[in-house]
Amino acid sequence: MPTYAALIYDSADKEWEEPDTEAWAAIMADYTAFGEKAGAAGVLLGGEALQPTATATTITVTGGKGGDMVATDGPFAETKEVLGGFYLLKCEDLDEALGWAQQIPGAWQGRVEVRPCIDFSAEG
Amino acid sequence: MHRLLRGGLNLDRTSAELAEVVRVEGRTVLATLTRRLGDLDLAEDAVQDAMVKAIERWPVSGVPAKPGAWLTTTAQNAALDRLRRETKRGPKEEAAMGVLSGGDIDLPTPSAVGDDLLRLVFTCCHPAINPEARVALSLRTLCGLTTAEVAAAFLVAEPTMAQRIVRAKKKIAAANIPYRVPADHELPDRLPAVLAVVYVVFTEAHHSVSADVPVRVDLADEAIRLGRMLVELMPDVPECRGLLALMLATHARRDARLDGDGDIILLVDQDRSRWDHDAIAEAARLVDETLRHRAVGTYQVQAAIACLHGLAAADEVTDWPQIAELYGILEQIQPTPVVRVNRAAAVAEAVGPAAGLAVLDTVDGVGGWHLFHSARAELLRRLGRPEEAAEAYRRALECGPNEADRRFLAARLDDLGSAS
Repeated sequence: MPTYAALIYDSADKEWEEPDTEAWAAIMADYTAFGEKAGAAGVLLGGEALQPTATATTITVTGGKGGDMVATDGPFAETKEVLGGFYLLKCEDLDEALGWAQQIPGAWQGRVEVRPCIDFSAEG
Repeated sequence: MHRLLRGGLNLDRTSAELAEVVRVEGRTVLATLTRRLGDLDLAEDAVQDAMVKAIERWPVSGVPAKPGAWLTTTAQNAALDRLRRETKRGPKEEAAMGVLSGGDIDLPTPSAVGDDLLRLVFTCCHPAINPEARVALSLRTLCGLTTAEVAAAFLVAEPTMAQRIVRAKKKIAAANIPYRVPADHELPDRLPAVLAVVYVVFTEAHHSVSADVPVRVDLADEAIRLGRMLVELMPDVPECRGLLALMLATHARRDARLDGDGDIILLVDQDRSRWDHDAIAEAARLVDETLRHRAVGTYQVQAAIACLHGLAAADEVTDWPQIAELYGILEQIQPTPVVRVNRAAAVAEAVGPAAGLAVLDTVDGVGGWHLFHSARAELLRRLGRPEEAAEAYRRALECGPNEADRRFLAARLDDLGSAS
């Protein structure tokens, strides 16, 4: 059965709700409910919420394998919408994956990109 | 659909008729094989192989008594050959080989064929596929057109179209877009994409911006053929009937739309004896049938409007008040500037040019649309405001309409100049 990554994107300059407010608690409750539902259905393989892109460090190794690492502060690309977290969902087909993706709170707060993962064991 | 098959073995058939039999049968063979293999790409290649063989052999050996069974068997063997030739086989291919080597071929029942065709329809028109690719895929799989034919119809270079189709098929495979008919509760989300594909094919045939000849009858025929198929496959979905009726009623006027030079003739000036009144009657019957379902949709309303035009024996007896009312209903379902412009034109006929202009002047965001400016120009002309009318015609010309529209607008502008 294929695995799909549900990548949750939101506007980069969006003001997040302050923790310990009711609005924050409501969003968290929605995410918890999704996690419990998808978990109980045996669909959820994992997932994480990411810190803001301001905390990101992007590195590259110059001169090929074994070369020098160059680190820069910030995300790979400055974009208007940024990856805020993801789930890994094990689903029968794309329709089922889209059915779960539309229940992720990020789908109505921002957007969710659903991408199939490569199954190397099935590539022959 | 099987009209050509009834004769059984007949060596006198023209190659065009044979090609038609192969094409019609090939579609259902493809639908069934795709389900059995779980691989649209492989199924398409295999059916293509079988169709080539049929075209080669049938003129010599005669058409088999059951062309569909012949094509199915040949296509299954072709698929097996193709799989055997592949050196690298994944589990999906192994599974397909298992299915094909499993001995006797079971021919699906007619209702199973219908289900398979519907699966193919919904897979090719899946919302996760790029809209242009949906149209291209559908024309290939459901109408049996070649990539070259699809490319020519949409005035796209063949490699571009081939790439579009390959990309879509790769996505179907990689993202595992299912080959199944959506459940009833999913239909509201999924049906519009299917109907839109058919309607895009139809409108492309009638309004091609860059083609020198605006009506390419072949694409319109393909669209109507697809529309009939959807009505057969989904008899309880009123919008399928609505779409077919809309296409029939519009297409019925094709021979009267253009003069000998390819210039557009307005509805009011068309020779109504050249309309296809049988097609209009069929469309009207379809509209009546949809009304029983009491589930109004945009295609049904547009079809009803097209039928009211088609059923009027002369322009003077057109039921404009009802047409204006229908446009009002359409605007509630589909509140777009285009619909309001059309409503304005209907109101102008039903009530008068001043009332029409009042509606037209409430439309926003259509400055780049030549039909908006030409509708305004026409109403201004009727209201005896020629300078403003001329200005509106000039703005319509600036929008870059197709050649037939451009000539029409230029002629109208010219008339204004000579009248003043």
